[in-house]
Amino acid sequence: MKETQTIEIKDTSHKTDRIAGSEAIIRCLLEENVDILYGYPGGAIMPVYDELYKYQDKIHHVLTRHEQGATHAAQGFARISGRVGVCIATSGPGATNLVTGIADAQIDSTPLVCITGQVASHLLGSDAFQETDIVGISTPVTKWNYQITKASEIPEVMAKAFYIARSGRPGPVLVDITKDAQFEEIDFSYKKCEGIRSYKPVPETDNSKVQAAADLINTAKKPLIVWGQGVILGKAEKELKAVIEKAGIPSAWTILGASAIPTSHPLNVGMVGMHGNYAPNVLTNECDVLIAIGMRFDDRVTGNLDTYAKQAKVIHFEIDPAEVDKNVKTDIAVLGDAKTSLKKLLPLLNNKSHDDWHQKFKDLYAIEYDEVIKNDLYPTKEGLTMGEVLKEINIQTKGEAAIVSDVGQHQMIACRYAEFKNTRSNITSGGLGTMGFGLPAAIGAKMAAPEREVISISGDGGYQMTIQELGTIFQQKVAVKVVVLNNGFLGMVRQWQQLFFDKRYASTEMTNPDFVTIAKGYYLNAKRVTKREELADAVAEMIASKEAYFLEVCVEQEDNVFPMVPSGASVSDIRLK
Amino acid sequence: MEEKQNFTVSVYTENNVGILNRLSAIFLKRHINIESMTVSKSEIDDVHRFTFVVIVTKTLIRKVVGQLEKQIEVIKAFYHTEDEIIYNETALFKISSEHLYNEKIQKKLKFRRAHIIFITEPYFVIEASGLKADIDNMYEKLKPFGLLQFVRSGRIAITRPKMAISELLQEIN
Repeated sequence: MKETQTIEIKDTSHKTDRIAGSEAIIRCLLEENVDILYGYPGGAIMPVYDELYKYQDKIHHVLTRHEQGATHAAQGFARISGRVGVCIATSGPGATNLVTGIADAQIDSTPLVCITGQVASHLLGSDAFQETDIVGISTPVTKWNYQITKASEIPEVMAKAFYIARSGRPGPVLVDITKDAQFEEIDFSYKKCEGIRSYKPVPETDNSKVQAAADLINTAKKPLIVWGQGVILGKAEKELKAVIEKAGIPSAWTILGASAIPTSHPLNVGMVGMHGNYAPNVLTNECDVLIAIGMRFDDRVTGNLDTYAKQAKVIHFEIDPAEVDKNVKTDIAVLGDAKTSLKKLLPLLNNKSHDDWHQKFKDLYAIEYDEVIKNDLYPTKEGLTMGEVLKEINIQTKGEAAIVSDVGQHQMIACRYAEFKNTRSNITSGGLGTMGFGLPAAIGAKMAAPEREVISISGDGGYQMTIQELGTIFQQKVAVKVVVLNNGFLGMVRQWQQLFFDKRYASTEMTNPDFVTIAKGYYLNAKRVTKREELADAVAEMIASKEAYFLEVCVEQEDNVFPMVPSGASVSDIRLK
Repeated sequence: MEEKQNFTVSVYTENNVGILNRLSAIFLKRHINIESMTVSKSEIDDVHRFTFVVIVTKTLIRKVVGQLEKQIEVIKAFYHTEDEIIYNETALFKISSEHLYNEKIQKKLKFRRAHIIFITEPYFVIEASGLKADIDNMYEKLKPFGLLQFVRSGRIAITRPKMAISELLQEIN
């Protein structure tokens, strides 16, 4: 670690002073209350890093081991805190390495500001060293992007970047800054962006639509709510709970909506979608009114659209007009942010309980319990299951932990079985399905919420895609708990090969290194569990640890995740085995 | 299967670098070929107008326009069918001078919206404007004479109903 230096920092209030573009960038970050950013230095961004050195007592730069790790860490930071995650990289390969994380943030609506260095403006288009058209490359996967070629643009563009990233339906913004603009001096003053004429982040909620929605809900005999991340992004958890309880509506969630309502809530009927719970999937095709709140009818949620909820009237509460009727035709679309809309909806709803309808969910849950859940959580076979690891974590964290999962079988198991008490407790790569997301995202999440227990759960495949971030954990002393559920396979792909490709296991078997030795190489406490009787103690040791801890659990190699809606099938044709 | 048809998409945007890329990426992502495109200033200061022509289904164009309008620097986007607009395309034909007095060419020039705009010793240039079918027809007729060069502009279009686009856009100013 570098010696901390005491450096006089100028007051960052609104008076004008003459500074270099590179310092202006830092000052903009401070104005936006950024105190942590993730990144990796390099030639075209060196002036900004030089300023980061000078401002290190105000803004903490986390050196990740790869730029992709920086974006995922910034995503984890944003997802757990609701703040804008910030990452920074150099031009060329530094910038292109950000792209996966940016695409992930775009599809999962995560607020990010990514800053990239660029070759000097007179070299643009000359194929200069480490020049790449990152604005062109990132255009389809950013909410907005911009190339700064003059230092005078910095304050306004940075203010816009933060405003766009966080407002409305959040998303990633990339700001590319040429090296000469970083050196150029300007008279700095900062004004927060409060609006852009061509951009309306939140459509106004139309009261007549809310009334129509309420009328439909009040007359429904078999209503079903499916909520998504829009509830969390809109900070509408309380409002959603009130609506659910007043109208007595069984409510299910998409993967990104998980944890908005506690798992134990009696009206929480579980996850919808490909590996969701049996009851909400089957009963999607039986409900008379489907109320979608802050979700976008992803194909992993709907299965075959031609047979999705055709019998139901559909109400869609949505902030993004482009999502309405995109995949599922709605009868009533209520535009606006979830909090405002649900607040308006609540007083219009009748008190109901729908006991008979709710009983159907309980009956189907009982079937799922017997066929799937019991065997996952209380297995009688010798091999460990992923489910029992989750069960043990639930017990020992009392459902207080934030679970950061990667992508694959373990992710589905984590989302199915983690018991959440608090919102913003399920951080995972939903839309893009980015293997390697988990470990760096957990770093960002733990740094944003050091008071929370943050547990990263990965498979042996995805873990190795960003395993180098163990170095970041070690250097930054991030007390994140890292669990790898090792089945020696790219498990989800192997499952599909077993079910749909006659067990031809093409390139899904992994010959793995000694993960415990690797973790120890990074000076982390580490343990491997191979037997059931070792599990509880190992999880207890991990939870008790004040420092980072690595736990590898060797699980059954060829377990499958069920229930499952096969690709292209109807949600009600969900398979239990 | 829903039928594909011509749609004219008008997109009003801020005048910034990179917007074309952002708009065309939305068509590209859905594997839509852009038949023609025109960029110009609009009736409002500092607002640019893109006019795209694409052949897609109505369901798809509605979604595409939703995505176009969602872009931060897009002020408003509209789509129109052929009968909802008045439109025009222009083409230039460069032909060898030996054919200048050819009867067939002279006959084509009687078409009300075609005329010779330039004559020099080796060649002459015909300008024609009209609907796409008019230009296509002209092209087929002139092609046998050997076109030294041919170019057609993108579509420019204005809506038939007194659509108060300007008023709508003025609101944002």
